[in-house]
Amino acid sequence: MRTWSLLGRTLAALLFGIGAAGAQDKVVNVYNWTDYIDPAVLEDFTKETGIKVVYDTYDSNEVLETKLMAGKTGYDVVVPTSYAMARQLQAGVYRKLDRAKLPNLRHASPTLQDRMNRYDPGNEHAVVYMWGTTGIGYNAGKIAERMKDAPTGSLRMIFDPEVVKNFADCGVNLLDDPADLFSAALKYLSLDPDSKKVEDLQKAEAALMAIRPYIRKFHSSQYIEDLANGDTCLAFGFSGDIVQAKARAEEAKKGVEVVYKIPREGAQMWFDSFVIPKDAPHPDAAHAFIDFMLRPDIAARCTNAIAYPNGNKDADALVKAEIKEDAEIYPPAERLATLYTISPFPQRLQTQLNRMWTRVKAGR
Amino acid sequence: MSAGSRLALLLPAFWLLLFVGAPLLIVLEISFSEVISAIPPYAPVLRWGEEGLRIALNPENYALLIGDDLYIHSLLSSIRIAATSTFLALLVGLPIAHGIARAAPRHRPWLLLLVILPFWTSFLIRVYAWIGILKTEGILNTVLLTAGLIREPFVILTTEWAVHLGIVYAYLPFMVLPLAVALERIDPAFREAAADLGARGWSIFFRVTLPLARTGIAAGCLLVFIPAVGEFVIPDLLGGPGTPMIGKAMWTEFFGNRDWPVASALAIVMLVLAAGGILALDRVQRRSGEGLS
Repeated sequence: MRTWSLLGRTLAALLFGIGAAGAQDKVVNVYNWTDYIDPAVLEDFTKETGIKVVYDTYDSNEVLETKLMAGKTGYDVVVPTSYAMARQLQAGVYRKLDRAKLPNLRHASPTLQDRMNRYDPGNEHAVVYMWGTTGIGYNAGKIAERMKDAPTGSLRMIFDPEVVKNFADCGVNLLDDPADLFSAALKYLSLDPDSKKVEDLQKAEAALMAIRPYIRKFHSSQYIEDLANGDTCLAFGFSGDIVQAKARAEEAKKGVEVVYKIPREGAQMWFDSFVIPKDAPHPDAAHAFIDFMLRPDIAARCTNAIAYPNGNKDADALVKAEIKEDAEIYPPAERLATLYTISPFPQRLQTQLNRMWTRVKAGR
Repeated sequence: MSAGSRLALLLPAFWLLLFVGAPLLIVLEISFSEVISAIPPYAPVLRWGEEGLRIALNPENYALLIGDDLYIHSLLSSIRIAATSTFLALLVGLPIAHGIARAAPRHRPWLLLLVILPFWTSFLIRVYAWIGILKTEGILNTVLLTAGLIREPFVILTTEWAVHLGIVYAYLPFMVLPLAVALERIDPAFREAAADLGARGWSIFFRVTLPLARTGIAAGCLLVFIPAVGEFVIPDLLGGPGTPMIGKAMWTEFFGNRDWPVASALAIVMLVLAAGGILALDRVQRRSGEGLS
């Protein structure tokens, strides 16, 4: 349904140049990831500022980029991942932030903004909203049933055909995202996860092809629900999404126990930031929205709802202990050292990567 | 030809030119361009340079479609899935249409209404409902497991079975309606005559009723087959990664890969194939029409 509504909206945006709402300044059109906010926060924003929020979601950087590159999306605030944002920035998609309109920028974590500097020189366009890791989520009961000594904390769970084949019957889901999967496959092969060498990527493609027969689905948001109700027993996905699946499974009380693990070989660490498209129809409202989201209490509420660490240095005290003390969500220093980041692909290589990914998904 | 009727012809021609011809030319242009990182994400084919108009045609997109067997495979698998589904829809639709045609005239409008009734619910929601029925922990498996008929849940969702089921379910009314109309039109006298001449039930059906309903069968099959080949929603929601269909391939090129040129080239090729198919069909129909008259 999401994909379909996305498609419909994109077509509408393409055909008529409209994204969501007209040009009066009492509206802000926000385009964010699925399951990536505490919805009550949006109501509070409208109560405090009188600005209505038109909220729309996506589940892949690729879809966001397609819409942005079509131009005139009508969106005022979008939340791309660092490496994708860097490429979009080069294409001139975003406008510079007006710091005078963002007093709450003082709460932004300097360490995270420093890391973002690599993608957004001078931190002129982006403010980190949340960050996280890409790792392994699984249904503890079903995995133990099928393999007693399953290497749950290792990339072998996904990339070792001898391991993953045991779980083919209970459903394995991979993100529909070439950047996440290729970097992880490279890491599994002990190659540079940020490699831009074609021969390395071809090795990663071969590794993905080898496990392809055991994959039931490539989807970047459905797995939250599927893990929670037992339709999927193993997923390679985003940290907070899998922790949300765990919470939903506990609520449902159907005996499903979901676990998230950061692979011990290392995992991708990514940052999602607020940015304003150049052709945003309501730039002032966009700044007001970003400033509101930068408030420590608001950032903490979102983290409590979605289980991703935020980019706010003053919010930690307000985050629930069970989230803050979970080493798989807030990795301690020695785990942080094993995480890696990736950089954007040059256009030609990106096209090649996309071809490889299309082949992997089709399994031929 | 009067001025009025000339205008009546001119308006649709203008409409076609503006809303079909012009966009098609744009798609054709994009299909010969190159992907770049910009808004819009392709390099224009026609450029005004210092030395005047420059044309940079990039045939690589078409070369890719032919060179990479993925697309041909997707197309063939789309045609295969659409053909099987059409046949299944015909098998399911024939008895329904037959029943409607044989029902008392005062009941027919109600029966036809029942066939159309599902359209009042969103197509998307109806396809979504199948997910709830077919998934591993879904209604069907729960019922079968509780009844002790199976021990392990069936994996139907994300397989080709689910896609067939979805297409037959969604397009069945398009099959039933023309069939019912065609069957209704058949004069009962033909069947009576056949019976008088010694034909029995099945023999009458296959040798008299079916041949007389062939226009309805052809119309129903086309109405199901053509949209099913390009179907995107059903394979996306019910199918798995192992059921490549051309609609999905196009979506992936456009959204996943942000490759407008390849997506456009694919659209052009599909259009040429579809137009070719329709022309061929038209020729066949005309010939058989001549034979009849």
